Amino acid sequence: MPEHDVLIIGAGLAGQRAALAAVQAKASVAILSKVHPVRSHSVAAAGGINAAISIDDDWRSHAYDTVKGSDYLGDQDAIEVMCSEAPKEVMHLEHIGVTFHRNERGELDLRAFGGASMKRTAYVADITGQAILHVLYEQLLKHHAQLDRYEEWFVTSLLQDDGGCCCGAIARDIRTGRMEAFAAKSVILACGGAGQVYRPTTNALIVTGDGIAQAYRLGAPLMDMEMVQYHPTTLVENGLLITEGARGEGAILLNSEGERFMERYAPNKLELASRDVVSRAEQTEILEGRGVGADKAGIYLDITKVPRKRTLEALREIVNIGRDFAGVDITREPIMIRPGQHYMMGGVKTDVNGATPIDGLYAAGEVACVSVHGGNRLGANSLLDTLIFGRRAGEHAAARGSSMPMPKTPSHARVLEDVARIDEVLAREKGGGRRVSEIKQELGDTMNRHVAVYRDEAGLTEARSVVQRLRQEARSAYVDDRGTVFNQDVLGALELDYMLDCAEAIVAAAIERKESRGAQFRTDHPQRDDEKWLKHIDITRGQDGPQISYSEVTITQWQPEERRY
Amino acid sequence: MADTHRPPEQFKLRLRRYDPESRQPPYWDEHEVKLEPHRSVLEGILQAKASFDGSIGIRCSCRAAICGSCGVRINGEPHLACHTHLDEARRLSADGVIEVEPMGNMPVIKDLIVDMDAVHWKKIQRVTPWLIAKQPVPEREYIVERESMVDITQTMACIQCGACVSDCLAMEVDPGFVGPAALAKAYRFVGDPRDDAHFERLNDLSEDPQGIYDCTHCFKCVQACPKDVNPMGQIMRLRRIAGSDHHIEDDNNGHRHEAAFVTLIRDYGLLHEAELLPRSYGGNSWLGKFHPNAGLELLRSSRVAALGILRGKMNLKTALLGHKLAKPDLQAIKRIYQRVEGAEKRRELNLYITGTDEDDGPTAGSAGSSDGASAAAAAESAAQPSPQSAVSPEGSIDL
Repeated sequence: MPEHDVLIIGAGLAGQRAALAAVQAKASVAILSKVHPVRSHSVAAAGGINAAISIDDDWRSHAYDTVKGSDYLGDQDAIEVMCSEAPKEVMHLEHIGVTFHRNERGELDLRAFGGASMKRTAYVADITGQAILHVLYEQLLKHHAQLDRYEEWFVTSLLQDDGGCCCGAIARDIRTGRMEAFAAKSVILACGGAGQVYRPTTNALIVTGDGIAQAYRLGAPLMDMEMVQYHPTTLVENGLLITEGARGEGAILLNSEGERFMERYAPNKLELASRDVVSRAEQTEILEGRGVGADKAGIYLDITKVPRKRTLEALREIVNIGRDFAGVDITREPIMIRPGQHYMMGGVKTDVNGATPIDGLYAAGEVACVSVHGGNRLGANSLLDTLIFGRRAGEHAAARGSSMPMPKTPSHARVLEDVARIDEVLAREKGGGRRVSEIKQELGDTMNRHVAVYRDEAGLTEARSVVQRLRQEARSAYVDDRGTVFNQDVLGALELDYMLDCAEAIVAAAIERKESRGAQFRTDHPQRDDEKWLKHIDITRGQDGPQISYSEVTITQWQPEERRY
Repeated sequence: MADTHRPPEQFKLRLRRYDPESRQPPYWDEHEVKLEPHRSVLEGILQAKASFDGSIGIRCSCRAAICGSCGVRINGEPHLACHTHLDEARRLSADGVIEVEPMGNMPVIKDLIVDMDAVHWKKIQRVTPWLIAKQPVPEREYIVERESMVDITQTMACIQCGACVSDCLAMEVDPGFVGPAALAKAYRFVGDPRDDAHFERLNDLSEDPQGIYDCTHCFKCVQACPKDVNPMGQIMRLRRIAGSDHHIEDDNNGHRHEAAFVTLIRDYGLLHEAELLPRSYGGNSWLGKFHPNAGLELLRSSRVAALGILRGKMNLKTALLGHKLAKPDLQAIKRIYQRVEGAEKRRELNLYITGTDEDDGPTAGSAGSSDGASAAAAAESAAQPSPQSAVSPEGSIDL
């Protein structure tokens, strides 16, 4: 059975950065992922990474922008850590080979991004996530001798010893169907958010909340789960992402009357207000009948304002997306977009070292909630979050492992429990229930209808009852594939269970928060209420569903004030 | 705006299925799906999987041509399934049924899923795929030329989907060939001014008989690549840098062969087959044929040459005497040489730098005002045709 000081689940930016840090701290490390590492969804991050590296910038300005962007729900101690360490991390990436674009002097070039008071986003065209992910993978290959990679392994559950510490995981080798227990002194969850709970979403098909649900099942608290970001520019066609970098380079938003409506909503920052503000503005325009397209359900994003040469060089990926997925040449005509689910600010609650309240269990990246994003994440802060807290979790877990013995080998019986769970799914009668795909679709549609940009009690309650019903139906949902080699069908059923756990927590938190803050806008409680709700909602798993508690928001330097862009 | 509200249509998919546990050979499986015509083949497959048969195996994730998971062959050609429209795929099919198979040159694990570790990733590891950073590492960023980073972004944009590997003819004949994806990855370091091992990398890949000189210029990878990485172009750049900048004369005669080729075209305007081989092996001049190495190689190749003549691929007379080109044409070719060789700096094709087309010259030039370098590049390419203007429908070639 594999034994490691540090077992990392997920190989996107957070996971790979954690692995690199743990390897450099001389720990024995395994990194395990249900897809090949370069397929991880970090690859889709387009616009860039924020850091106060310009000489006339200061990390405190970055931190303030982040606090304000979070609608004061972000924990300021964590935000200070992230923003003050950002320049060093970006330089580290540069030194290991990320091909950041340069200015005329050969220094890192910076672009404008939403909610930022100055240009501080370093970038590689509009493939920043891909470039960083691939460069980190280069580093994993370089350190192959000190690092075990388990590529295409699917985690079925986390292991806990008698004392409640997390001590490993059980996973299935997707290629062979073989189940294996992994013992580890520490486990780092780095397996992303839960975007597939929504339909449509900019998130990849693999983003099914596995880590959030696994931690939830182990008893770890989830925090800020109601804070679900809708990105202002997703393709009307199919929900694909058009990077905020487009607006950073000068693209504007227009309604059906040809009006640059952001002038009314955010007179100073216009299209570069924070994402919750821009998405709400768009949604309001659409609801009030000023949308574009056949159903008036879209908004025009006009990138022709950006010099064509610049677009081809710095926004090449969305030129391709426009051409290939919408039939639009974005250098010559506007493209139809709308707000779409994009990011989970919430996740498994951690401290600034990525440690969760469960001993031995860490989380970093979108799966985690430190919380640096609070009610709303700023564009180009997510890559930073994954790298800073991925590294810190890797270092901390490695240090923890150096002074403790390897935990006891998990019993074979424990592995058989998970085998039995999969066998039970395989044994379900064909036609005896609904298809997994049907349930997943209904879940996504429900969440997108009721737990979206605008929410109210009635819709949220409806969503809760649908999720409860779907959970019942999921118990008899059948699969077609009975094989062991690459049985994606049965894994889809397990992912559905993970997604339902996440949906349950999101809805519970959204019902609980009776105010409007960041991404949570309650039409029945339209004001921010610092008196009652300047606090995090923590969700733990109880006997009869989610249990709610609260935790304080850490405020260091910036007192809450009204948010204007 | 494009009409985004086209009604759904029926599409037939014919999927190549293989279940390794069944002990049965691969078979074809047909499904009919209903989707808007501009939806992707991946969406078609996922609909079949969701509605009819969950056991269809295909790797997929992002749906946006960035994760590189869903490389398959559609109607025999490598593509990303998410990046190919259903109507387009049907139009290009032989019988109105969209045929989807696993990629080539890699073993099949199940249905449309191939073993990329066994081939693709093994080759990537062959090229020392990490930066060997110049020392000392600066406190802040390395100061490098602006265009150098934009340049290697083209190879950085490779999503490791394997489409080029699938279609590589050289690899089909020689499975040991390092191949297009891995060599494009190699250029990502050789073109990187922060890397300290350019010579070592180039020397390694020049001396390897399955390295940069094993590519046969067939352009298949260029066509296959969904991200415009232009792997063959990167291989050619590796050769140019190895030969012209680092003067690496490899034991495979790769560089000498290329030099002979270039000289012959300059002198004769067209390839002089009988001269090529002796010059490649015996020295790049008319006297090359008297070198013993040339004789040896001529002897070794005589069978291939004879077959070529027998099958009409070569004409004995022109092969031996060379082609005759009209004088003005020959002079035009010489002018190309003068322009290229006389240039201060070697100009390389890169989509990130020169854009996709230069048809709107003045606009492109003024558009580059935000950055002088691109503006200069645009102005220069307006005066000097790039290979792109040759393929651009609006472009014209003036020599």
